[in-house]
Amino acid sequence: MRVDGPATDGNVAINISVFAVFVLITLYVVYRASTRNTTAADYYAAGSSFTGPQNGIALSGDFLSAASFLGISGGIAVHGYDGFLYSVGWVVAWMMGLMLIAERLRNTGRFTLGDVLSFRMRQRPVRAAAANATLVISLFYMIAQMAGAGALMALLLDVQDRVGQAVVIAVVGVVMVVYVLVGGMKGTTWVQIIKAVLLLLCVSFLTIFLLGKFGFSLSAIMETGSRNTPLGAKVLDPGALYGGSELSKLDFVSLALALVLGVTSLPHVLMRFYTVPNAREARRSVVWATLLMATFYLCTLVIGFGALALVGSEKIASAPGGENSAAPLLAFEVGGAVLLGVVAAVAFATILAVVAGLTLTASASFAHDVYANVIKRGTADPRSEIRVARLTAIVVGLLSIVGGIAASGQNVAFLVALALALAASANLPTLLFSLFWRRFNTAGTLWSIYGGLTSCVVLIIFSPAMSGAPNSIFPGVDFHWFPLGNPGIVSIPLSFLCGWLGTLLSRTEADPVKQAEMEVRSMTGIGSGLN
Amino acid sequence: MTKAVPRPLDSRLTPNRGRGFATFDEPAQPLLVDEEGNPDFVAIQQSEEFKALRRRALVFIFPMTALFLTWYLTYVVASAYAHDFMSTRVLGVVNVGILLGLLQFVTTVALTLTYARYARRKLDPQVVVVRGLAGIVEE
Repeated sequence: MRVDGPATDGNVAINISVFAVFVLITLYVVYRASTRNTTAADYYAAGSSFTGPQNGIALSGDFLSAASFLGISGGIAVHGYDGFLYSVGWVVAWMMGLMLIAERLRNTGRFTLGDVLSFRMRQRPVRAAAANATLVISLFYMIAQMAGAGALMALLLDVQDRVGQAVVIAVVGVVMVVYVLVGGMKGTTWVQIIKAVLLLLCVSFLTIFLLGKFGFSLSAIMETGSRNTPLGAKVLDPGALYGGSELSKLDFVSLALALVLGVTSLPHVLMRFYTVPNAREARRSVVWATLLMATFYLCTLVIGFGALALVGSEKIASAPGGENSAAPLLAFEVGGAVLLGVVAAVAFATILAVVAGLTLTASASFAHDVYANVIKRGTADPRSEIRVARLTAIVVGLLSIVGGIAASGQNVAFLVALALALAASANLPTLLFSLFWRRFNTAGTLWSIYGGLTSCVVLIIFSPAMSGAPNSIFPGVDFHWFPLGNPGIVSIPLSFLCGWLGTLLSRTEADPVKQAEMEVRSMTGIGSGLN
Repeated sequence: MTKAVPRPLDSRLTPNRGRGFATFDEPAQPLLVDEEGNPDFVAIQQSEEFKALRRRALVFIFPMTALFLTWYLTYVVASAYAHDFMSTRVLGVVNVGILLGLLQFVTTVALTLTYARYARRKLDPQVVVVRGLAGIVEE
């Protein structure tokens, strides 16, 4: 086994230069894309000018985040089967988006989730609620990504002290705000496309190499891997991570539910459907995203067990980034410093691109829903709306830098799972009721958004994830009373129930004319101006 | 995959099944629009053409959603609670759990492609018919 770690001085230089090249290229692309970036439609939705396949690649890029690339391949390398289990949910979830959401959202809305939820309801309270949900979910997801950037840098650039990591997080934040301010949705989407293509090439190369090395037998890779971990052959069976107690089993089911329902309810994913010209292209983009995601996670299965076979779980667990270092360590083992540099740069670029998308979504939601429609009651001049959006992007960028520094060192995949639970609780029930249930009304909408959001936040605060367990955010104190780490199994059904009850208990009936308009428009695009 | 480029060709080749399909000639029945030419959504919602579209869409997506959610949750629950069964070796060290997991990938891809095909053949042409009711002629 080689003695030198992945973060020797020469490697750091390679890592930084590969990454600098990526930033320069993407900044140039963003700058080129920005030339006609003047109207609200350009800034929020790239003028709806992307094709289905392009948007599909960008969509998969939103999900091939550092948390899933590093987190899942690392999860497989350390926990074996239970890590793989996690990746299945990410793929299956896309069918929700495909069949229930993508086309209808594209036909009904223009820029934000608030457009759709408030379509047939009272504008101001519903838009405010939708914006609240979007901001909370996006900030949560963003902090997770920024915290990941710190952990990644610890591994790749040998930045061990907190101050150094804070500087790295701040640099990530500034670059991403520049992407958003200069490029708007178009620039952000191109960054996402470039990054997704690089990442897919990278994992395909690693996978083909590993398969070749082990005679194209998945069984051989898994068998060699299982000899390299203290778990032994158990690493191939379920239960290594979630098998401990009845509670941890239930916790896993809760997580799986949040995954499958949350992925396509995330605001930055929903907003992507507006970057294509019509419902058919929205459908094509989900088809592309699904195929790419399926390929990607099949590759992570091989990479995860490959890392176990070639690197070994002890070396992975003791590396500076812990679990997250499995894929980079494997790259170093396979292709030396250069391949490590490429994998590192791609992983870092991933964080940058995902955070830029989130910043854009949060700023659009505030400017379009809160500023233009709640505060200015729909009379805001479009130019001032864009100005507010840009200012919000800066504020959100600052908030996420601060939050990312504070959360640095937390388990990234776990924070992402909480954001998914929030999205599945606050957005999904409301969106489905609004599209498919005729009687659903303003009261029901508010109940399900706030019911889902509040219950989810409260359960997270009083869960073992926050306090009372060795790996919680505040391990020193114990104020938890909710036994599960992920609240999805309670808060998602509760939000559906709230929407239903709120609708029945309210005296104001749903507006049948607006309902007809929304139903016809969502299925055919009539009245949307799209074709 | 829908071919995006030759859209004008597409709409002319679309089978003309519904009544009142907007052709380049005068429509056979009055358009469902109000005095200002805006679409009359209530009338469209009540039309047979729209009801047929809704039926075709829902008859596919609701059962299929129920199916894939059940299949996924069964897999998850089995992984969490039926360790022995999922750990049964099948091919070399590959066990039932890994195989069922890979099968989830296969069914997801298959169902995605099936829906895309269904939408292209059964839904898109009917959308063109309903849009014709509102006087929207596909370019």
